[in-house]
Amino acid sequence: MPDFDPNRRQLLKASTVAVGGVAVASQLAPAAQAAPAAQPATNTTPTTMSIRLKVNGIEHQLMVDPRTTLLDALRERLHLTGSKKGCDQGQCGACTVLIDGRRTTSCLTLAVMQEGHEITTIEGLGTPTNLHPLQRAFIKHDGFQCGFCTPGQICSAVGMLEEIRAGAPSHVTADLNAQVVASPMEFRERMSGNICRCGAYSNIQEAIAEVAGVKP
Amino acid sequence: MKAFTYERAKTPQEAAATAARIPNSRFVAGGTNLLDLMKLQIETPAHLIDVNDLALDRIEPLPNGGLRIGALIRNSDLAADQRVRRDYGVLSRALVAGASGQLRNQATTAGNLLQRTRCPYFYDTNQPCNKRKPGSGCSAIGGFTRLHAIVGHSEACIATHPSDMAVAMRVLDAQVETVSPTGATRIIPIADFHRLPGSTPHIDHNLQPGELITAVTLPPPVGGVHAYRKVRDRASYAFAIVSVAAIVQRDGTGRVALGGVAHKPWRVEAAEAAMPRGAQAAAAGILQGARTTDDNAFKVPLVERTLASIIAEAKG
Repeated sequence: MPDFDPNRRQLLKASTVAVGGVAVASQLAPAAQAAPAAQPATNTTPTTMSIRLKVNGIEHQLMVDPRTTLLDALRERLHLTGSKKGCDQGQCGACTVLIDGRRTTSCLTLAVMQEGHEITTIEGLGTPTNLHPLQRAFIKHDGFQCGFCTPGQICSAVGMLEEIRAGAPSHVTADLNAQVVASPMEFRERMSGNICRCGAYSNIQEAIAEVAGVKP
Repeated sequence: MKAFTYERAKTPQEAAATAARIPNSRFVAGGTNLLDLMKLQIETPAHLIDVNDLALDRIEPLPNGGLRIGALIRNSDLAADQRVRRDYGVLSRALVAGASGQLRNQATTAGNLLQRTRCPYFYDTNQPCNKRKPGSGCSAIGGFTRLHAIVGHSEACIATHPSDMAVAMRVLDAQVETVSPTGATRIIPIADFHRLPGSTPHIDHNLQPGELITAVTLPPPVGGVHAYRKVRDRASYAFAIVSVAAIVQRDGTGRVALGGVAHKPWRVEAAEAAMPRGAQAAAAGILQGARTTDDNAFKVPLVERTLASIIAEAKG
């Protein structure tokens, strides 16, 4: 996969020079994160680290500023722009990916923390010619309008259905010691970490119910 | 985010020693609260010590019949553990009432105890806040206080502790195991772990610099009906306005801890003797000395009614 980083760095450098920040530009890390203009003495200057990130079965070698979130590494460095940056604070779920099969908000973890883990993004779940069953169901049931939250919704739903299969209880599970049963109520509670601004929730629920084999 | 250096620790003691050696270091495990605060530059560590490789990821039975929960056990895994579901139901219930599925997969047992308040004035870096910047003042006092503390607060801070899990840990008499930078270990009862704000609201807990949580232990099961009732502004994925963790025994005796009312999980053991007389008597004792505002006075009857509902349900 081509790495556009040098070009981006040049662009940043040019724009920084244009506003007179030459000294700052010379400190720019390859991760293309602009360094803050002034650092208190207690903070170190930006550093970079070499990491290996395994995404959708492919291992990548990257130089990153440790500040780079997994989400930014996926989008800005690996150009996997399916995962979306909605709130960047773990509240909206648009950045949800699967880490070792578990759904996680990729905006609240650092790329350097994910070495040795298997990351799956929406791009790794299915392709246009070979859709994941949830992708197909979202299309069939019109589980979106603008589509911005959809990759996160689908990754979250994949992880969520696996959690039910594994028997993990939720806030609406009536008996903690009984077998957990998939139901529309369970899906609604368990998907509360994924916000849809268009309000496509009822169609999202239908899509998930169909894949889970549950009457919506 | 301010720049920082990063390393992965190999042993708990090494992590603690590194934290003591490098000024302004922080441990990171799940990172769900710390990274958010770092983006806002409320937390500005110079060095991050990733503790995820430490062998603190097991739940083990103790010889006394209790349970030892490794510091790195994720919230979702703790909630789903069969032993916890069977013997410490209040803990499972509290965990699944908190955050979202994604965050529970990442957040750890130790990190949950260490999460910081969600007081909006703490989060707004344009406003004074004694917790964020000691001595700068409290913007919440005299501000919008619907979500703030009604007991145990001070002239310096009226923030609440945000954790659901910690409230259950308090009602279960959990203990926190730690290792210090010298390798010494100690056990802190959960009652002594979190602090009231007093004049130092910037200090949330009684850990020493560099001290690392290695586990949380639960005493042998006490039976009874376990309940965690969380009242919030929406049905899911919101912090508590008030929460009640309770264990009610067949004879009507029991224990109660509250969330959303104080700077720490709130429990008044002496007031629990009133449990057999009902929620009104018990709640009056637990919230004795409450100081409320027009915005949050509703929390007092809300605690009583939530406890009443739990007691009624426990009686079946």
